[in-house]
Amino acid sequence: MSLDSHSSDPMNPGLVERKFKVIGSRVARPDGVDKVTGRARFGADASAPGQLVGLVLRSPHAHAQIVKIDTKAAEKLPGVKAVITSVDLPDYTNGDRSMLDILENCMARKKALYDGHAVAAVAAIDAATARKALALINVTYKILPHVTDVDEALKHTAPIIHDHIFTEGTPQKSEMPSNQNKHASYGHGDVEQGLKEADVVISRSFKTEQTHQGYIEPHSCLASVSPDGAAEMWVCTQGHFVYRNQCAILLGLDANKLRVTSSEIGGGFGGKTHIWAEPLALALSRKANRPVKLTMSREEVFRCTGPTSSTSIDVKLGVKKDGTITAAFAELRYHGGAFPSTWAELGAQTAFACYDLKNVQTISKDVVVNRPKTAAYRAPSAPMAAFAVENAMDEAAKAIGMDPLDFRIKNAAKEGTKSSYGPVYGPIGIGPTLMAAKNHPHMKAPLGKNQGRGVACGFWFNFGGQTCVDVNITPDGNVTIAQGTIDVGGSRASIAMAVAEELGVTYDHVRSTIADTSSLGHNDMTDGSRGTFSTSMAAIFATRNAITVLRNRAAKTWEINVDDVEWKDGSAHPIGKGHGNLAPLSLKDLAAGAGNTGGPIAGHAEITADNAGVSFGTHIADVETDPETGRSLIKRYTVIQDAGKAMHPSYVEGQYQGGAVQGIGWALNEEYVYGKDGRLQNAAFLDYRIPVCSDLPFIDTQILEIPNPNHPYGVRGVGETSIVPPLAAVSIAVTNSTGVRQTHIPMSPPRVLKSIQDAKAK
Amino acid sequence: MALSHIIHLWGALRPFADGAPTISVSASTIRELFRILTEKYPGMEPHIKRGVAVSINGQIYRDQWDTPLPQGAEIYLLQRIPGG
Repeated sequence: MSLDSHSSDPMNPGLVERKFKVIGSRVARPDGVDKVTGRARFGADASAPGQLVGLVLRSPHAHAQIVKIDTKAAEKLPGVKAVITSVDLPDYTNGDRSMLDILENCMARKKALYDGHAVAAVAAIDAATARKALALINVTYKILPHVTDVDEALKHTAPIIHDHIFTEGTPQKSEMPSNQNKHASYGHGDVEQGLKEADVVISRSFKTEQTHQGYIEPHSCLASVSPDGAAEMWVCTQGHFVYRNQCAILLGLDANKLRVTSSEIGGGFGGKTHIWAEPLALALSRKANRPVKLTMSREEVFRCTGPTSSTSIDVKLGVKKDGTITAAFAELRYHGGAFPSTWAELGAQTAFACYDLKNVQTISKDVVVNRPKTAAYRAPSAPMAAFAVENAMDEAAKAIGMDPLDFRIKNAAKEGTKSSYGPVYGPIGIGPTLMAAKNHPHMKAPLGKNQGRGVACGFWFNFGGQTCVDVNITPDGNVTIAQGTIDVGGSRASIAMAVAEELGVTYDHVRSTIADTSSLGHNDMTDGSRGTFSTSMAAIFATRNAITVLRNRAAKTWEINVDDVEWKDGSAHPIGKGHGNLAPLSLKDLAAGAGNTGGPIAGHAEITADNAGVSFGTHIADVETDPETGRSLIKRYTVIQDAGKAMHPSYVEGQYQGGAVQGIGWALNEEYVYGKDGRLQNAAFLDYRIPVCSDLPFIDTQILEIPNPNHPYGVRGVGETSIVPPLAAVSIAVTNSTGVRQTHIPMSPPRVLKSIQDAKAK
Repeated sequence: MALSHIIHLWGALRPFADGAPTISVSASTIRELFRILTEKYPGMEPHIKRGVAVSINGQIYRDQWDTPLPQGAEIYLLQRIPGG
């Protein structure tokens, strides 16, 4: 693999210089027509002869012991074919606590741990019968004290949710069960000394509320278990191989007997990386001996799938008057819902990753509370940490009379910087995104009355993972690809583009589909911004293997040595002496003759695409806040991010815009509201408000292309970083529009109005 | 012969090495490193089973255990990163 060289100056690296024919163009998306005409099949569109309707009975209590579940009346109801409880999901996890946690989240065992926790499920001939059956299930609960706030859960007076959780990672081994499942710290240098050296010390506390990914398509699956033990499942997911593996473990099946086919996906953003109701559908089908379709309602999606953590973060920054940061400290407290997690630790790793710091320390406390198990949400944990840190950066810059953007440029991490989470950076893109922001026309545009501008940076790791791809040449000389990573953000187009680029054919000759779990080796999920990065790499290698086959077939046809065959521009060409009269053989020619030269022509590659390279972005937000109501509107928004090489710029821009919009919703409106009874109060889109088009301006984007040396084309993952800066950029803009530092996300109108009134009262 | 490396531990692993931020290990690959860590510091084994990422000169490896550990490399153990 070779890449074009680029400048070693991290503030001004060269752009990708390689000339591509297909990569970088804006080809038509292969799923576009089907999606706009309603032909595309999503999770709930699957059906099977004789299928039953599955419904789930959920706990109305935030924390309760399950004393007894009486299902007799439900089972006797005509039309009911199966009723299951945890008894029907025995523990096959063989001591794997993390898998047991997944099982317990799918179906409560001894205790209901949050409002909405599944306690039983039914399969019936129709939805009405299933609903009647749910009403006939009698659950006897013993209600226990609950805690839903992350800081409250850490108090010694808080009810202990699990007696098997002892805090991991503390210097002394924990002797008592705790709601803090993990403690971790990162950093280097001497923060106390750094604070002593500072001219100004900024110290602030921040809170962010729990949000949901808000994907439009609810979870849905159709499960069919045969009496011979073989099973099939059709499901919307970000990772059908992982769903296959985990469901097989929980159901006691061999993985090869469970074939999972993924549907089109109506959004996931991390929420469809976990299994939720799928094991229940399989268990119902197994018991009923009929296919069972289980589709969540929107209320269920909110109450019992995986929102993000709510957080509480303290930040301290020490700064000299010349803009040098002498010390940086943060303590981050995140909850994982009712199950152990490492979300706070991720926040601790990412919090100060944009900056070059001599003295830095982050401490993380991961906490369990009586809320649904949290899941990843696009660059998980980083947006909340960036919200706190970037606000402290903004406040520190203003305290020393320095432009906040110049302050960030002065302290930006660069090649050779020891990162706040440990390793030394190679070439990175934070400097270029900041410089692009400084030079962007947006920064020079005038602001109106009650308007403010905010700038913020963000970091995300990115990763690769296990991936395999088949490339097959059809008998007519076209190309099909079988990929195992779910196409969430356009990877089918990008993968087809990579194969076309390698083969030297046009994009319309190549088509990629998502293979089911019995047709390819294991593929990791589409998460961590890995889909296009890792799958395109596997596809490139698979195509190169296919080209080797093609050259061999040409050599056989010409009866010459394979070393005398070159693949160029979609055809085999003879090279060397004595072959001058041989006309090139096209892909079509070779495909037509494949039966006489060795059979079908194909290429396969399996890789572990490690070493994806870290990602940075800088956002600029203009906000207008009504001082009478506290309502804030986004007036202008710009995303600047490094894509390595943008394979399909429209998809990259879409990722940047989508992340920004989700972050804007998180910043201004979205919030899980729990009552004192520990029940979720707003499990519907009417009460949980995500931004719609009329709330937003066009989101402007600027793609920087700083090649990733660890990908054949220089590609970098782009799906997640764009959600990291918006909470900070928007909150800084509101701070500037109101004159009051905003420290609590979301900045809903009542919360902003109160902050203005409180400031006036001081 | 395996080279000796300084291995930087993140906070959650330090209690298993008496609080030390770094330990010295002779290993040629990530696989050998994990094997030795499991033998010498049994408390680390559950973490390694759950997934530990290894940063080698700033490049993060999550899965490729055949990756060599070059002489003089900066090596950090990090929690395995999940994504959304």
